[in-house]
Amino acid sequence: MIYLDNAATSSPKPACVIEAVCAAMKNFGNSGRAVHGKAMDASRTIYEARSKIAALFNCSRPQNVVFTCNSTEALNMAIFGILNVGDHVISTDLEHNSVLRPLYRLMEQGVEVDFLPADIKGCINYDDFATHIKENTKAIICTHASNLTGNLLDIKRIGEFAFNHKLIFIVDASQTAGAIPIDMEAMHISILCFTGHKSLLGPQGTGGLCVAEGINIRPLKCGGTGVQTYLKDQPDELPTHLEAGTLNGHGIAGLLAALNFIEEVGAKNIHAQELKLMQKFYAGVKEIPGMKIYGDFSSDRAPIVTINFADVPSGELADILAEEYDIATRPGAHCAPRMHEALGTVGQGAVRFSFGYANTQEDVDTALAALRSICL
Amino acid sequence: MREKRLQFVVVFHTTADAMAMEKLCKNLGIAGKLISAPRAISADCGIAWKSELSEAAAIKKALANAEFEIQGTYELLL
Repeated sequence: MIYLDNAATSSPKPACVIEAVCAAMKNFGNSGRAVHGKAMDASRTIYEARSKIAALFNCSRPQNVVFTCNSTEALNMAIFGILNVGDHVISTDLEHNSVLRPLYRLMEQGVEVDFLPADIKGCINYDDFATHIKENTKAIICTHASNLTGNLLDIKRIGEFAFNHKLIFIVDASQTAGAIPIDMEAMHISILCFTGHKSLLGPQGTGGLCVAEGINIRPLKCGGTGVQTYLKDQPDELPTHLEAGTLNGHGIAGLLAALNFIEEVGAKNIHAQELKLMQKFYAGVKEIPGMKIYGDFSSDRAPIVTINFADVPSGELADILAEEYDIATRPGAHCAPRMHEALGTVGQGAVRFSFGYANTQEDVDTALAALRSICL
Repeated sequence: MREKRLQFVVVFHTTADAMAMEKLCKNLGIAGKLISAPRAISADCGIAWKSELSEAAAIKKALANAEFEIQGTYELLL
């Protein structure tokens, strides 16, 4: 199979990731629950992963890296843990349902939300932040990259605006963490939510949030922590404040191996290779008459090309690619309803091709040949 | 039972802080190890750091510049 659905999850994982998960399943006890060898192996590995994540995103301390099951859980923790009834928040049309649905739920409870509109290319107007700010605006919540078009948002620019207006800045880095540089301090990011299984090349079931100093998040969960057992509430100190229950030590061991892999190969090199493949595909696909390509390709972006051919339903095209050419893509709505509304693709959906570190030039050539064969 | 002698113990609020302590001491060449927090003291985290008393000054100096918090330090018969 030619796998071009890396925006959903990167596959295959590097061999070192698979080996690390297997070794952890053989060797790990429960982190933080004792000082015997097996528990300490888990605790040390998890702390090492916190340290690597903190360094990667310039988060102030490893202790401020909180592990979750995925970005969605991290975003839920950030959104429900920061916003209160009467607050106003600014978000965008580019968001995934992992941001939208928590915000919609809070809107029902009395939180005000403005979504900055995206144009037909999936771009926002950055001046809109200033026109939407209100007295009760507490936060800006936005993605770093659209999971549908691959367009990046300029989070440094948005972070500066948030900083100047004393707003909390929450970033969904699901599509970029591990591939595109993120500096929490330089970008004034208050809470960075990430997943481990996409560009970070780790196992599914890993993710987390990095919390800037001075940001206090109300815990979404409470329960066993291995520390401060007789305290009736969740302990105040990070990361324990936001981590209840056994951590995914096996998965985090894999994530640590993935972080080491990325460090060795170089995130820049991986991103450059993925972009090269994406650009080759984009150049080929735009020569096919009747092809509609979504997004802005004028600057750096996530390695995604989303298309439709004529009026063919996206699911039909993706099924032909899968069944007749063994090419995996993602059709449909991509959990990005507002983005599809902005692009005018609610009815047809769209077919997303997303490239990863394991893809080759031959994969691109084969995918283009398949599309030419189907569409010409 | 093992013969007891006075030792320097550091206790923490969280497991992550205990791990940070171990890493710091390893990097600085300070001898010691993580142990189950002694019952004689009130410790938030069940994991504590134990060193010989002779390491106390080096540990205090290291902790003064550390990026993590500790709950307290003790001299205990262990």
